[in-house]
Amino acid sequence: MPFLAELTHHFLPEVILAVGVMLLILIGAFRGEKGFSLVDEMAVGIFGLAILAILLSSKQVDAPVFDGAFIDDAFSRVLKVLTLVGAMASILLSVDWLQRNGLEKFEYPVLVMLSTLGMMLLISANNLIALYLGLELMSLALYVMAAFARDDGRASEAGLKYFVLGALSSGMMLYGSSLLYGFSGTVSFAGIAQAVTEQPPVGVIFGLVFLLAGLAFKMSAAPFHMWTPDVYEGAPTPVTTFFASAAKMAAVAITARVVITAFPAITTQWRQIIVFLAIASTLLGSFAAIGQNNIKRLMAYSSIGHMGFALIGLAAGNEAGVRGVVVYLAVYLVMTLGSFAAILAMRIQGKNVEDISDLAGLSRTNGVMAFFLAMLMFSLAGIPPLAGFFAKYYVLLAAVDAGLYPLAVIGVLASAVAAFYYLRVVKVMYFDEPAPGFDRSPLAVRAVLAASTISVLGFWLYPAPVMEAATAAAKSLF
Amino acid sequence: MTIGLTHYLVVAAILFTLGIAGIILNRKNIIVILMSVELILLSVNLNFVAFSQSLGDLVGQVFALFVLTVAAAEAAIGLAILVAFYRNRGTIAVEDINSLKG
Repeated sequence: MPFLAELTHHFLPEVILAVGVMLLILIGAFRGEKGFSLVDEMAVGIFGLAILAILLSSKQVDAPVFDGAFIDDAFSRVLKVLTLVGAMASILLSVDWLQRNGLEKFEYPVLVMLSTLGMMLLISANNLIALYLGLELMSLALYVMAAFARDDGRASEAGLKYFVLGALSSGMMLYGSSLLYGFSGTVSFAGIAQAVTEQPPVGVIFGLVFLLAGLAFKMSAAPFHMWTPDVYEGAPTPVTTFFASAAKMAAVAITARVVITAFPAITTQWRQIIVFLAIASTLLGSFAAIGQNNIKRLMAYSSIGHMGFALIGLAAGNEAGVRGVVVYLAVYLVMTLGSFAAILAMRIQGKNVEDISDLAGLSRTNGVMAFFLAMLMFSLAGIPPLAGFFAKYYVLLAAVDAGLYPLAVIGVLASAVAAFYYLRVVKVMYFDEPAPGFDRSPLAVRAVLAASTISVLGFWLYPAPVMEAATAAAKSLF
Repeated sequence: MTIGLTHYLVVAAILFTLGIAGIILNRKNIIVILMSVELILLSVNLNFVAFSQSLGDLVGQVFALFVLTVAAAEAAIGLAILVAFYRNRGTIAVEDINSLKG
């Protein structure tokens, strides 16, 4: 297919984002500090356009693009929509917070868009070079965003920690890529799948381990999670929202694509790694969060635990498992955006607060917000009939069907432990003596909180769109 | 003795290990960490070029060029964040990066 036709047929969302980001840099450069609101609104519009472009092309056949460097399939389209929704919501949530904290610089939406572009390339990546470039485009923008509040010591410390550990992880991932290239003679996933047989050379196994270690860093799966709590706590809250929502989608998506399309012959080998990561993440996510007082740190451990659950689905290694992963990611995205909207609304007399004790007695000072946050916490804990329960149900079902009984049992036990700290938040809100009430939060924050709570509450009534998309996505990987 | 693929791979593996050790063991200075990261990336490049030569396939060398480019961008961003950190704290010692924990 000629270059321009590929560009417009299979790469339109990325083109919209790439051209849009250049336009926004120009606008920002000409308008200076005053350009923030305009650039911000245009960024939301461009994300909307990109989502529209994907939805309109949803009936397309799967096709490799640019000589097989990227692939446009149902899996990538579904995950790209999730990523874009996460990015768009985190921009909407950020506006008021940034303005109140003196961070209304036009670079912020530009960095979000560049990072999202990296995530989209990462999700579509079909060879190791595209994987590396997508990952770096995503990560380099994320490092800067973590340190975006550059006069805040904690934020620059978070940025520095994230940079050092992120650079180490991409180094490990690259070393793995080089071994895979050397021992299979090609960088394309399909080529690796052909070259790797049931009895692979030890170099391939080494390469796979290094590659997965690097990817586990990016999705913060234990034991590669150590940056997560510090970065979540130190970075500005809107940035944390973006880290916890959009960035996870891309990292899990590429992990699933790599292990399933490049290593179908050695499923038993990579399954051991994924099972180990899943067990470590679910257990750490539930036990380490118990002692936390800062709600952003709590959400960090919670996200580690949730990534463990997504990996339980991936460990099944079949179509049902990948379907579970996609459903899990969709539900996790909505729950995370809602929870962070509530965290962004935690402001007392113009000052941001982040401790769980600041939520005390919220049911009496702001009953609606307390109810919404309680529902999100119940859903994160996986209590039926909320969306979080169905997400866990599908991954655990896939693991049981694949015969991974110990993994499923550990997952259920870990989620029972995790319920403790989610319910503690609810207890603090409903039964403790009221703390000072929160300021009235901006419309966008209330809208995101309400929309995500309603989606979580109503998921069981109309799950068909999510299930159909997830089924199509899973089918296209095999 | 002829120098074959194995020799290159061993050198690259040693460099890679040195880089990882430099990040983990170093307690003094963040600049040393940046140097260790560069060491890791260079060991990877050595791997790519050696494999590319022995396979007779150019893709490895193309990959190495991409890695070089990205490494430059990564170092620039790392130094920029380091400067921001130094302005706030007045130190770049690794043991002083400790205000976030728990």
